[in-house]
Amino acid sequence: MQVFSIIIAALLSENYVLVKFLGICPFLGVSKRINAALGMGFAVTFVMTLASLMCWCVYQLLILLNLAYMQTVAFILVIASIVQLVEMFLRKKVPGLYNALGVYLPLITTNCAVLAVVLVNAQKNYSLLLSLINGCASGLGFLLAIVLFASLREQVDRADTPDCFKGAPISLVAAGLLAMAFMGFSGMRF
Amino acid sequence: MNFKKQFLDGLLTKNPVLVQMLGMCSALAISTSLFNGLGMGIAVTVITICSNVLISALRKVIPSQVRIAAYITIIAGFVTIIDLLLKAYIPALSESLGVFIPLIVVNCIVLGRAEGFASKHGVLASAVDGLCQGIGYTAALVLICVIRELLGSGTFGGGLLNGGEGIRILPEGIPAMMVVMPVGGFLVMGLVLAASQWFTRRMDKQNKKKEAGK
Repeated sequence: MQVFSIIIAALLSENYVLVKFLGICPFLGVSKRINAALGMGFAVTFVMTLASLMCWCVYQLLILLNLAYMQTVAFILVIASIVQLVEMFLRKKVPGLYNALGVYLPLITTNCAVLAVVLVNAQKNYSLLLSLINGCASGLGFLLAIVLFASLREQVDRADTPDCFKGAPISLVAAGLLAMAFMGFSGMRF
Repeated sequence: MNFKKQFLDGLLTKNPVLVQMLGMCSALAISTSLFNGLGMGIAVTVITICSNVLISALRKVIPSQVRIAAYITIIAGFVTIIDLLLKAYIPALSESLGVFIPLIVVNCIVLGRAEGFASKHGVLASAVDGLCQGIGYTAALVLICVIRELLGSGTFGGGLLNGGEGIRILPEGIPAMMVVMPVGGFLVMGLVLAASQWFTRRMDKQNKKKEAGK
């Protein structure tokens, strides 16, 4: 049952972007086109899942060594190296996907949603399986939010908005309305 | 070095939040009361100054291929120090900011100043730059906090003044809870950005008129 409630929370009722305000930079930066948003979403999901796995192992090690207060430093280094490794691996083995993701891959290091997921995993003392599920589901929640937002933005760009609202302000207002829709999920608990 | 220009850049013309749109996550998420805003602003300012100084001092030692990793490690070190200090001395603030304190590591402002300024300038100039950008971030944060707190809970200075309750300005029943929720964060930020765009455009026009008049 806990598994199910973690998935629902990460996807909808506690969506990392629209409810918890994490990962806003890529959410605003890479949402001009749906294709780019899809690429970013999948890349983030992948890195989040992998990071949950690796950071869980690192965290157990830190607890063993009595160094748990170093978690922030350790986690960010793990995430940075995962992103670097994934980038190198994709460039060698799957160049098609590498070209599609392009500049978004290195950007994931500074996506605060990834760091937040592993910090929450550590804080709540999730087991390995729950950490993995939480990482994957949070990534999918990010994917859902960014794709929805990108499709909204493609429409908003065509609309005739007042001069001072052009660009970022109207996008934020659109994001606000999307967040309002997600507020409807907030009562969902299992 | 022109310190006055650096200060104005940080506060207005290149304000990290309102103009460069950096550090939006924390600016949106914790801007629900004046206490949070000031606390977060000061924490980020201190970290930016410290990391700017250290990175600027080490800028000739760090090889450029691994500089980002080195910067992040330095920043993470300072963030951990601040995190532990807050937990020990101001537990209320540490509790209300929660996960957003460790998340300063990935705040684009700190890394952006390290890469964009401290890696190219001297120690003193970098320290001043960190201070100015930090003040700009704090000012933007406090502005958004004040608006959201006033419209959302009808108070001013919650967590700080009047024994933590804040001074009530709007009577109960008028404020909309929604403004302190995520929805309000996005909407208020959108409106503040629109206002700042309107303001900068007007300044530009006036400057052009002045130049044309000459």
